[in-house]
Parts: sequence; C-alpha cells; structure tokens
Amino acid sequence: MTARTLYDKIWDQHVVRQQGEDAALLYVDRHMVHEVTSPQAFEGLRLAGRQPWRTSSVLATADHNVPTTTHSGPIEDPLSRTQVDTLSRNSNEYGIQLFGMGDARQGIVHVIGPEQGATLPGMTIVCGDSHTATHGAFGSLAFGIGTSEVEHVLATQCLVQYKAKNMRVRVEGDLRPGVTAKDVMLAIIGHIGTAGGTGHTIEFAGSTIRQLSMEGRMTICNMAIEAGARAGLMGVDDHTIDYIAGRPFAPTGQLWEKAVADWRGLVSDDDAVFDREVVLDAAEIEPQVTWGTSPEMVAPIGALIPDPANEPDTVKAQAMQRALEYQGLEPGVPMTDIRPDKIFIGSCTNARIEDLRAAARVVQGRRIADSIKLAMVVPGSGLVKRQAESEGLDEVFKAAGFEWREPGCSMCLGMNTDRLSPGERCASTSNRNFEGRQGQGGRTHLMSPAMAAGAAVSGHLVDARTMADRRH
Amino acid sequence: MEPFTRFEGLVAPLDRSNVDTDAIIPKQFLKSVQRTGFGPNLFDDWRYLDSGEPGMDSYERRENPDFVLNQPRYRGAGILLARENFACGSSREHAVWALTDYGFRAVIAPSFADIFYSNSFKNGLLPVQLDAETVERLFRETQANEGYRLTVDLRTQQVITPDGAAFGFEVDPFRRECLLEGMDDIALTLQYADDIRRYEERRKAEAPWLFAG
Repeated sequence: MTARTLYDKIWDQHVVRQQGEDAALLYVDRHMVHEVTSPQAFEGLRLAGRQPWRTSSVLATADHNVPTTTHSGPIEDPLSRTQVDTLSRNSNEYGIQLFGMGDARQGIVHVIGPEQGATLPGMTIVCGDSHTATHGAFGSLAFGIGTSEVEHVLATQCLVQYKAKNMRVRVEGDLRPGVTAKDVMLAIIGHIGTAGGTGHTIEFAGSTIRQLSMEGRMTICNMAIEAGARAGLMGVDDHTIDYIAGRPFAPTGQLWEKAVADWRGLVSDDDAVFDREVVLDAAEIEPQVTWGTSPEMVAPIGALIPDPANEPDTVKAQAMQRALEYQGLEPGVPMTDIRPDKIFIGSCTNARIEDLRAAARVVQGRRIADSIKLAMVVPGSGLVKRQAESEGLDEVFKAAGFEWREPGCSMCLGMNTDRLSPGERCASTSNRNFEGRQGQGGRTHLMSPAMAAGAAVSGHLVDARTMADRRH
Repeated sequence: MEPFTRFEGLVAPLDRSNVDTDAIIPKQFLKSVQRTGFGPNLFDDWRYLDSGEPGMDSYERRENPDFVLNQPRYRGAGILLARENFACGSSREHAVWALTDYGFRAVIAPSFADIFYSNSFKNGLLPVQLDAETVERLFRETQANEGYRLTVDLRTQQVITPDGAAFGFEVDPFRRECLLEGMDDIALTLQYADDIRRYEERRKAEAPWLFAG
C-alpha cells in the first residue's frame, strides 16, 4: 500500500461514497454546535420536514453571545437572548446535549470538546466556526463549516467535501525559554502568510511540536485558519492519549484499550509525500506580536514596526500602509513602544488552564499599569475557571487589577458587550486582528498570554521573558 | 436555492486584498436567527460613517461617500471584483447572505478563502477565480469605463467583457451541476441514505467508541 499522510488516512476512513471525480460524501463523527451559526440550520431542517440523523453525535453550547459579567439571570441584550434561547429550544426539541449558561461544563466550543473527551483521535469533527481546526491537535480531521453545511450534517451526518492538498509544517529543535506555542504559530503565519495554507490541510510536525503539551498544540491547530488552511492536525502520541484518558466522553475499559490501539496508527507514514513542506527552526523563534490588521503582519517583540517603503510588492506595501494608518502606528518605532488601553486574556486560542497559569506567573505580585483602562481574564470554560480558582489564579489576577470573568468568546469577536471603542488598543491573546474585529475602530495586537500579561503590568508591549517569575 | 446559469451585471471594484468576513458583515449583525435582511449591513464599517447596530434604519444613516459601493457609478452592481484571498477568516455564512441580499450574484477574484468559496455555492452566489493578471485587467477596465458590465456564464464557464473578450474559469463539475439546477443538496445526499447506514454499521463494528452516547 502506498504511504499515506495522517490526513489521507482519516479521509479514506470516512468516505461513504465517491461523488464524481474530486468530491466525496464524507461521514461526520462529531458535530459541535453553537448559538450563532445554527438557528438557520435548525429552521431549514424544520421547514423541509427533516429530522436530525444522529443526535448523539451533536454537542451544543452557548459561547459567542453570552455575557461574561454574570451567567445567572436572563441576558440583557434581547437579540443575544433570542439566539441563546433558540439554541436551548432546538436542543430540547431534538434531544441534543447542551451545556448552556449556568452549567459548569459550558464554555467556548473548542475548549469544551477536548475537555469533555468529546474530541477523539481519528474523528471527523465539524462545527459552524472556523476555529474548529483546534481539535486537529488530537489527530482528528476537524474543520469549520457554514450554516448550510451545519444543516446538511444535521440531516445526513455527511458532507460533500473536496480533498485538500497535503502540507506539512515542521518545527524542529528546542524552543528558547519563555517562547510559547502562540509564538510558534504566529511565526508560522508570518512565514507562510494568511493564504499560505489555502487549499491545504496542514500537518504540524517536528520535535518542537512533539514536546508541546496538548494545550499548546491546540493553540497551534486553532490558528491553522489564520494561515488559510481549513484544517490543521497533528499525529497522535502519548501526550494525546494521556490527555484524553478519564474524560467524561472518552471510552473506558476494554473499549479504551481497543481505541488506543487504533489511535496509535494515527500518524503520517514515514515515507508519506506532502505537496508542500515548510521547516522552521525553533531556536530562531522569538516572542511574536502582530502590529497590523492581518495575522501575517507580525514581528518579534524586539523588532521595529516595519516600513512599507521597504516592501517591494506594491499591493503588500499598500496593505501595510493602510494597516499602519488604521492602527495609528508609525514605521520604525520599537514594538515595545506600543501602549495598549485594554488587555484581553481569553478565546479558543488561549483560554485553557495552562494559558492562565502562564499569564498568572507574570502578573504575580504586580499591578496593572495605571494607563490600562481594562484588563480582563475570560476562562475558556466553567471547568477551566473552577480549576484556576482552585489554584488561586483568580486571586492573583484580581489582586493585580484584572477582572475575572465568566467563560465565553467575549472580546475575541465582541458579540456581547465586551468590545473595544473606536481608537482603543488591545493586547489580546485571541486569533484575529482584523479591522473592527474586537469592536468598530478597535486596534488589536495578538500575542501569547504571558506577553499580554506583561503588557498589562508594564503599560506597553514588553518581552515577557525579562519579567522574572516572582514566585521563586 | 436560486439557480445560476448566466448573469450580466454592473461591476464594482473592491481594491483590497485579504478582505475578511468580519469586514463583509460585522459581528453585531450575526445575532439574527434569519437568513435574510443582511444586505443593508454589507461592509457596514466601511460603508457608513456612523457606528452600525442591528435594527437601525439604513436610510437614516450617514454613508461614507468614499466607499466604492456608495459611488453613484457603482450603485446597483451585481458583480463584485475583488483581490487575493477574498473573504478569509470567520466561517460565517452571513457574509454570503449579505452579498446576495445586497444584490451580488457573482464575485470575481484571483483567490478565495476555502470556507467562503464553499458557502457561496450553497446560496446561488458564484465565486469566479481568474488569474491575477486577468483580474488586474478587469480592475483597469472597470475603473476606466463608467457603467462597465460583465457577463458570467456558468454553462460555458466564461467571463465575457463588453468588447467580447472571454476568459474561461474552472468549477468543479458537481458544484456546477448543483448551481445550474438550483438543487437541494441535502435531498441529493439523502438519496444515498442506504450507503450512509451501511457505512455506519461497518464503523460501529470497527470503532464502536465513535458511536457511544
């Protein structure tokens, strides 16, 4: 048999039938649903008189719209409330498991899937959300879909899909102390560009990736879409299996043994051929911060804000110029002179327990700078929040002047009231720095949790590695 | 779904690369539980000078006269001409719904983000990929000639200029068929319900943990 990539293997295993030359009807094992991209799909189902094919494959949660100030009582915004209520009604009507507001298991869909063990190796996983790629960290094929496809999966448990090309991004060697998964991913995006993975499924591999925790791996796969790839994935190893063991949805007993034996094969064959390969040296990666309005507009913290005049490609130079104007920045200025107004630690990229620990280590024993109008920590789920509180992290953040919030997507996209005002600048651990993403006229700088924490206490962007851990 | 066979319409040029779906339809308008009504908020941040919220009467709002769709010569455009990596970012199908609700039937660009590309076909919006050089030429012609119109023919897979120049484009045959016929692709898939059940039986035996719960 010819050598296959991990992507090839999962793909082959899920083809129900070939649909013409390029398309295949692909079976979906796990369907995650949230309140924003599902109401029209359920409505479509109802209008056509159809029933969901396999409701036990569906897991629903409310995350995009939920307030982070409190989860008790009704949502104030009537439109948000309608969406969240609609999700509850649809879940009840069709018997779909829902982790709604007030349930400790509620949280950002891409945090709770893995946390519950609902994300398993070898699965095909879809959700009406582009950051579904997160689940690829477990050796599953996970990708974001539109609402019409949500309806299609609900009705048929399948999707018509076109096989993407295989791309491998290898990161090799030891990361320097204080350099995190977020820095690795921002460096990858800076290297290949936001369309670098378009039409491809990216497998992240190499010794650096293998050394990362599952949280770190999720951060990397999460942002595959910011590199243009609908799906990012990683081979299964001990880290993967150890993380899943004992989680509520994970198999147990004999079934667990059988599953693990199966999962061990979920790696690319040694001689598998990739259509494209990129290699990065971990030792060269510094903490990264975005300066512009696309995730590819990124630089090491020690760099100067780049000058469009030095960019030979005129289309790119224009985009850079426009980005600098929008961001209110001048070329040639040190990145460390950038002064945020708000700090956001959260999102499906960086709101897991390890992320909060990393931020807390920097914040410990310090206060946020006077110039910071708001610094907030939004845990990725109710269970992450509970775990952090049991470790006293909430106290560390609160003592420093951070607000400690309820779980949700929050200021990553600002569908609730957590938003930037025009002109406000944010040091954010989220995934998109598009114009207006965090609020109309808002200015976003993407970075790791430690770097966002560093910016909070310094009042300007800073290399968080220079801030000693005061607990020791 | 409305079929797409051949469309002739006014062209509007959006001269920016990496236009993201947050720009196409900002987050505050995603709170609707309907598929319609997004047109007035297409490109909201760029199109209006005030800050848009759901429920505002778009006729009462202050338009940004510099934004391309607000220029009189491009009013009523049905074809959007765009740059590289159009509609990247969020998977929100609302971006497609906003474009079609506004009146666009086709988008021409050198490249599209994958999720948007696939969402478009589900809603009768044809994404046409042409090489960068051709797109550049169309930008020049659109900007130089007021009232510039193009014909997009899905049957012949061609974009035809007013002076008769024709540029071929690729579309997957299955997607083309679905769009030409305006087919309900769920009904199409359900024709294979027996295949899906057989697949499930086989997988239940091989990997029962996938079917727990």
